[in-house]
Amino acid sequence: MLLIPCPWCGPREDDEFTFGGEADIPRPADPDALTDEQWADYLFMRDNRRGHHREQWCHTAGCRRWFVVERDTVTNEILGASTYGDSQ
Amino acid sequence: MSQPFRLDHDGRIHRDAPLQFTFDGRPIDAFRGDTVASALLANGVALVGRSFKYHRPRGIVSAGAEDPNAFVQLGHGARTLPNRLATVTPATPGLEVRHVNAWPSLDFDLMSAFGLAAPFIPAGFYYKTLMWPRRLWPLYEHFLRHAAGLGHAPDAPDPDRYDHVHAHCDVLVVGAGPAGLAAARAAAQSGARVIVADEQAEFGGGLLSTAQRVDGLPAPQWADAATAELSSAPDVTVLSNTTAFGLYESNLVLLAERLHSHQPDNAGSESGARVWRVLPKQVVLATGAHERPLLFANNDRPGVMLAGAISTYLNRYAVAPGSRAVLFTNNDSAYRTALDLADAGVPVAAIADVRLESDGDLPSQARAQGIPIHTGAVVVQAHGRGRVSAAELCSVGGAPLGTVECDLLGVSGGFAPALHLHAQAGAPMTWNPQIAAFAPQPSHDIHPAGAVTGHLDLSSALRQGTAAGAAAAAAAGCSNGHTPAAPRAAETPSSDLEPYWLPPGDLARAKPQFVDLHEDVTLDDLRLSLREGFESIEHVKRYTTLGMGPDQGKLANPLATGVIAQLLGRDPASVGTPRHRPAYSPVSLGAIAGRHIGPLADPVRVTPMQEWHESAGARFENVGQWRRAWYYPHPGESMHEAVARECLAVRHRVGILDYSTLGKIEITGPDAGEFLDRVYTNAWKRLRPGRCRYGLMLGEDGMIFDDGVTARLENQRYLMFTSTANAAPVLAWLEQWLQTEWTDLRVYLTSVSEHWSNIALAGPRSRQVLAAAGTDIPLARQDFPFMTFRQGHVAGVPARVFRISFSGELSYEINVPADRARHVWEALFDAGRPFGITPYGTETMHVLRAEKGFIIVGQETDGSVTPDDVGLGRLLSRRKDFLGKRSLSRPDSVRLDRKQLVGLLTDDPAQVLPEGGHIVDAPGRRRPLPMRGHVTSSYFSPVLGRSIALAMISGGRATLGGRLYVATLDEDRWLPARSCHHVFYDPHGARQHV
Ligand SMILES: [Zn+2]
Repeated sequence: MLLIPCPWCGPREDDEFTFGGEADIPRPADPDALTDEQWADYLFMRDNRRGHHREQWCHTAGCRRWFVVERDTVTNEILGASTYGDSQ
Repeated sequence: MSQPFRLDHDGRIHRDAPLQFTFDGRPIDAFRGDTVASALLANGVALVGRSFKYHRPRGIVSAGAEDPNAFVQLGHGARTLPNRLATVTPATPGLEVRHVNAWPSLDFDLMSAFGLAAPFIPAGFYYKTLMWPRRLWPLYEHFLRHAAGLGHAPDAPDPDRYDHVHAHCDVLVVGAGPAGLAAARAAAQSGARVIVADEQAEFGGGLLSTAQRVDGLPAPQWADAATAELSSAPDVTVLSNTTAFGLYESNLVLLAERLHSHQPDNAGSESGARVWRVLPKQVVLATGAHERPLLFANNDRPGVMLAGAISTYLNRYAVAPGSRAVLFTNNDSAYRTALDLADAGVPVAAIADVRLESDGDLPSQARAQGIPIHTGAVVVQAHGRGRVSAAELCSVGGAPLGTVECDLLGVSGGFAPALHLHAQAGAPMTWNPQIAAFAPQPSHDIHPAGAVTGHLDLSSALRQGTAAGAAAAAAAGCSNGHTPAAPRAAETPSSDLEPYWLPPGDLARAKPQFVDLHEDVTLDDLRLSLREGFESIEHVKRYTTLGMGPDQGKLANPLATGVIAQLLGRDPASVGTPRHRPAYSPVSLGAIAGRHIGPLADPVRVTPMQEWHESAGARFENVGQWRRAWYYPHPGESMHEAVARECLAVRHRVGILDYSTLGKIEITGPDAGEFLDRVYTNAWKRLRPGRCRYGLMLGEDGMIFDDGVTARLENQRYLMFTSTANAAPVLAWLEQWLQTEWTDLRVYLTSVSEHWSNIALAGPRSRQVLAAAGTDIPLARQDFPFMTFRQGHVAGVPARVFRISFSGELSYEINVPADRARHVWEALFDAGRPFGITPYGTETMHVLRAEKGFIIVGQETDGSVTPDDVGLGRLLSRRKDFLGKRSLSRPDSVRLDRKQLVGLLTDDPAQVLPEGGHIVDAPGRRRPLPMRGHVTSSYFSPVLGRSIALAMISGGRATLGGRLYVATLDEDRWLPARSCHHVFYDPHGARQHV
């Protein structure tokens, strides 16, 4: 069980949340300018990092906000959470 | 004869409270305070079960949760409990206890008697032997089920109630032995909120079976006083019969509290067991240590018992587990057992000590009592069939030292910390050469204390416990300035243990020597695994099933680490131990399910018209969590007849459908149009208020994700309909883009699925019905054309009415506030009577839409289907970007052999194809047959008077009219059909444009 610190609601059990995969993968501004390989890289390739990992979570059963959690994928320790407002 | 092995004094049993339970139907006399195991031993019952693979006779090995043999079945019928350990199950009046794993009976086991399981099934047998030929599997399975009965499941629903408790505390103490009691006291005295749990019925652990003193009191008395103090403290929760079986991230600890589920007189009215989900700030692990068994031939004979368990049965339960003992040890602790046996009047015929010298405190006392001690000696074989009758001794060099008669053989290979919970959480552990075992490392929120740290003596357990309790309380932010003092006990100096893994020389080849008694894994099995290259401990585990029984290899794994290390000539630290996983010991499924069963297993969502549907005799189907009316059979009507009647009513007159379950999302804000342009494949910004449009939503991979109609209610307000099952995923998907990617868009989403009910009127007479029900909305064709939306009143209720159609008929979807929906439904139904209105369900809705070739996301599509694949390429805008657009030009998306949506007409018009049926060009016996596609939807169409089907066929649009064959489960029967355009009825949509 992960205790996830929602920036709006505080720490809650992980069954209130939906996982949204790796964070910081912006959608290309002009997809048509990309080669098939570059588009496939955006679409399919993820770092699957061992250690610190920035990832998206949504507080589905709470405030319904998406935010970024930094988690250690080895220990599952949660190192922090930030809103999209913070990081932009 | 009653309890011939019961000692006549001492022990913590209540001799004034005798009771009786049954073992395999035989009455067993016991006292309150006994476990099932102690009572069986008191009555001289040595044989408690047969082993898993070989059906060898097995007896009680331990006095706790680590026992590999003492699994029994409790109770009978619906309330029976398999996989309970006799060693931790309190003896209670009338309890029914049965053996497992023997057939037909414990004393006469067929498998064993006929040698069916002999000589020995090597590791990997299942992989090598039972894989092929597949058709023999039923035979193997029949054999294996008899051979490997791990108890049996109840034959009826469990009448007991089970509960879940969610709890928070500052400090959770796991284990209430000396370290746990001291920790709980110290934490409570520091002002912390404490939960302390122990798997046994009584708190005290090892204190209850030792003659030592604590703070001047006999240890059991001190334990009682400490327990009483904790029980009366205001902020301490004391849980006995409670096993902490899992420790997870964020320090979530799961406890299983067994209440009275094994009591035969429980009427099922109260909770049988509870699972506690505890989120403590800090955890003290005082889980103790498990004594390690030793290897010798026939080390599984009943009568071979852990030395510490012998002391427990003598001191705590006043039971002598035998009448003449031999002890085999590599450390000092077995000498305490020797002294306990001598005290109880049980002769100790020999102690074999691996070490060349034994002159510590306890060995000296044993020597002074005249107990024969053989140093540098080992037991290499146990004699006896049903029970051990003698022990064969050797020097550590392999020289025979003779055979000593005994019916009790106590073994001690040292103690391995019970670090299971610690390891489950992934916390680090290190190899401690002094105890030849892994020990846990403390972390910032887990504090090991007592024997689990590798320190075995009582005084250090009390000291460590006190320190850990105080430290945990302080780390949890509880500090009242009070420094708790540690209870005191005499120091008991002991000399070092000598690791001993394999018998000397060729004696290590003697058969069989069991490493894992529960799984019948022998030393030879480990050798075979290593010889075949499975050297990692995780591979050894999977190859041999080491540690995979319900005992979780508590005794086997610490032994296996050393044995494998010696066989490989490696350091045990590098061999490691198999990954520890929950549950620490078996937890009943009822307790895990709690009250989440039956109607509470999953929420049921119903529409405001549910009771109307029920009283109209509707049959229901589940769509996600929704209950939807499926069809409304008249008395005596089959489903087929009812659906045909409903279909024809809609095509010729008028039908009414409860479509409230559709997902509805209101999209507002100045950028709402731009947002829709990005998420839908077609253009939205120029859609005028009051109009509706069908839209397709793709994933970024270009595959269809959802479809539905969206209406522009006002300039900056849209209402999006999603498919019933996709309502929540679509909302989450839209929110994700808005919140994480397009944060500059001023768009706001609100789910209104349950606020608005949706009633569909469909059929040529639907306009007349709507008018008759009373509405202020002009209904003439030119005032309210197809694909528009009007706001007004229906039957006096504010309504949003959409002229959209999923049936291909003239149709109105009437959205009204949910609390008025039943009224509007009934008003429409009453108004429709003169027009022959007919309620119809989801089955008819599916037939009607299939006749029109409309897709259903999730039925025609499966996440690998593009818009063009289903003939909706015209909805792809060329003038703008949208989610998934770039993927539509990937090479895979433009393959010519992609599956495409087509219709299928069977040669036999009465033949309805099986949905999911595979389609080939030509039937044949050659395998594999090249597959062209599959049937996605298939119905009998009443209006067409024949069957129709939709299918996804490779290159289907280019080969329309071609002959195809659909497979059935009978491999010689193929159903011939021809492909056709997927719109079967009214291809130009004339009927909906009226
Ligand atoms: Zn939240």
